[in-house]
Amino acid sequence: MKPNPLSAKDQARVAELIAAHRGQPGALLPLLHAVQDALGHVPDDVVPPIARALNLSRAEVHGVVTYYHFFRRAPAGRTVVQVCRAESCQACGAEALLQQAEQLLGCGRHETRADGAVTLEPVYCLGLCASSPALQIDDRLHARVTPQRLQALLAEVPAAADREAVR
Amino acid sequence: MTTVYVPRDSAALAVGADEVAAALQAQAALLGLPLTLVRNGSRGLFWLEPLVEVVTPAGRIAYGPVTPEDVPALLAAGMLQGRPHALCQGATEAIPYLARQERLTFARMGVTDPLSLADYEAHEGWQGLDRALAMEQAAVVQAVLDSGLRGRGGAAFPAGIKWKTVAGASAAQKYVVCNADEGDSGTFSDRMTMEGDPYVLIEGMAIAGLAVGADRGYVYIRSEYPHAVATMREAIQRATQAGVLGDHVRGSGRAFHLEVRKAAGAYVCGEETAMLESIEGKRGIVRAKPPLPALAGLFGQPTVINNVISLASVPIILARGAAFYRDYGMGRSRGTLPFQLAGNILHGGLVEKAFGVSLRELVFDYGGGTRSGRPVKAIQVGGPLGTYVPEAKWDVPLDYEAYAAFGAVVGHGGIVVHDDTADMAQLARYAMEFCALESCGKCTPCRIGSTRGVEVIDRVIRGDNRAQQVMLLRDLCDTMLHGSLCAMGGMTPYPVLSALEHYAEDFGIAAPQQRAA
Repeated sequence: MKPNPLSAKDQARVAELIAAHRGQPGALLPLLHAVQDALGHVPDDVVPPIARALNLSRAEVHGVVTYYHFFRRAPAGRTVVQVCRAESCQACGAEALLQQAEQLLGCGRHETRADGAVTLEPVYCLGLCASSPALQIDDRLHARVTPQRLQALLAEVPAAADREAVR
Repeated sequence: MTTVYVPRDSAALAVGADEVAAALQAQAALLGLPLTLVRNGSRGLFWLEPLVEVVTPAGRIAYGPVTPEDVPALLAAGMLQGRPHALCQGATEAIPYLARQERLTFARMGVTDPLSLADYEAHEGWQGLDRALAMEQAAVVQAVLDSGLRGRGGAAFPAGIKWKTVAGASAAQKYVVCNADEGDSGTFSDRMTMEGDPYVLIEGMAIAGLAVGADRGYVYIRSEYPHAVATMREAIQRATQAGVLGDHVRGSGRAFHLEVRKAAGAYVCGEETAMLESIEGKRGIVRAKPPLPALAGLFGQPTVINNVISLASVPIILARGAAFYRDYGMGRSRGTLPFQLAGNILHGGLVEKAFGVSLRELVFDYGGGTRSGRPVKAIQVGGPLGTYVPEAKWDVPLDYEAYAAFGAVVGHGGIVVHDDTADMAQLARYAMEFCALESCGKCTPCRIGSTRGVEVIDRVIRGDNRAQQVMLLRDLCDTMLHGSLCAMGGMTPYPVLSALEHYAEDFGIAAPQQRAA
């Protein structure tokens, strides 16, 4: 059994999105983006109906979902912290910043903390290279980030032990 | 009523431009000072962001970098009249960094409200498109050929030759695809264009469509650029409503429809055939060539594929003539390139210059050296697949051929500076690690070679039979260089070998032994 089968409401939402996108050429990526925008991730349960609608095999749809870094198969933490690790930011201390984020959040890179409060991800270039180092917290971009600034920014994420505050 | 500009470029937002704009409005209202706030693109002087500009009888006066806390003092000092303050940079266009540039493609950048059609039209907008509409299709292609414009995405292939091939192909449906999957670290000129002057890209794509007989275009934008995606979508909608796009381009009866496709975080999709696969809804796996995309591209149809900057350079070529553009530059590198100064640099930003400028001029005269104040150790030119250019080559003119002559690339014009704390062996390892992570997996040299490369570099660093492992690394790089299907595996050796060649001591190799290795 899957841990989180798709709710009836989400199934209906996905059906709507499929109907809205199936007619366009090369519909799969726009459709997967729409699903992730609506549900926060692309659950495995949406693969069969999408495959049927687009006349693809489930393997093809699964292949696309797993090929692209952007698509998540599991929900992310309530806050997503992305630290740029590309060369330009590396030249300005990005690796130390990422390690500091791991410590402050109590969460390893590429991981979602057990309490579901935060996901920490290295990213490869936010395009803010003239103002490195850069990071993104949810939808907000931050550049010229110092260790002090990172500490202030991450202070808003609940501490790992403090689970009650998260609920 | 005073007009005040506060940029909306991502890099300005990332250092608090929205907060500065809000503080300005609140404080001005409190003091009863009337002002009109315009959210412009960025001038590209990123160390001064948020850069606030005030329109005065003496022109636009710049203040930066402004924080929300500075706003009360700035207004009290008479910023709205352009009066002096510690943050005042004087007249924007007289700031040497900007005044000494040759802004052709970026002429409007930071000057206008990016989404204002009236602003665009008032600053030479649509003149290239109107000119193209009045010309024979072949003459438009010829103008691009004559301008000497080469692909700005990195490969530097002559744009006009691509267009001519597509124009000459017969098919019921052709496409124009703009590659806006700007994944290279150290580059942001595509992002700035889409956020700060989106109509110039729309105009360039429409001209391409008219020239080759394509009535449909796609802009493939990376998912890491949400602001660029949103601005391009809004600009396309407004341009369609205004009759620039759609069934009757500028009332001509000729059609051009444009759509944004959002990528999904695969670096290799910046390779043109992988990008086509992605737009078609598949995994972004590189295609073998031939067939050329110009003949069998998107959905199997003839397709023009150009980078954002290539297409955004087309309107001025049509508006002012091929000769005007061709007169900039040197050798076979004609026109200008928006260089992007990034990494550990004091004055990071965008410098549009004619080809022929040297790395030393860019990094020291414009960039002011490192931000850390330490000596520059290495400069990577042309993105993560570009060479680490050693000091001996910093005076070579930036020109496609001059760079190729010593095994380097100009690429998309990204320049990343590292100070003397950089560990070049770790950066070489990182290049292989990045390739392993981002390889599409189709060809063996890239898929397997990159992982083996990480292992071999680790052994070199550890000193585990070093001399033999260095030889193995060179061998492996040779295989990747010559055996890979695309630039991903084919160019990963550039940073690796240049780091090994010029910074051997970082690999534990004593400098005198370098030649023997």
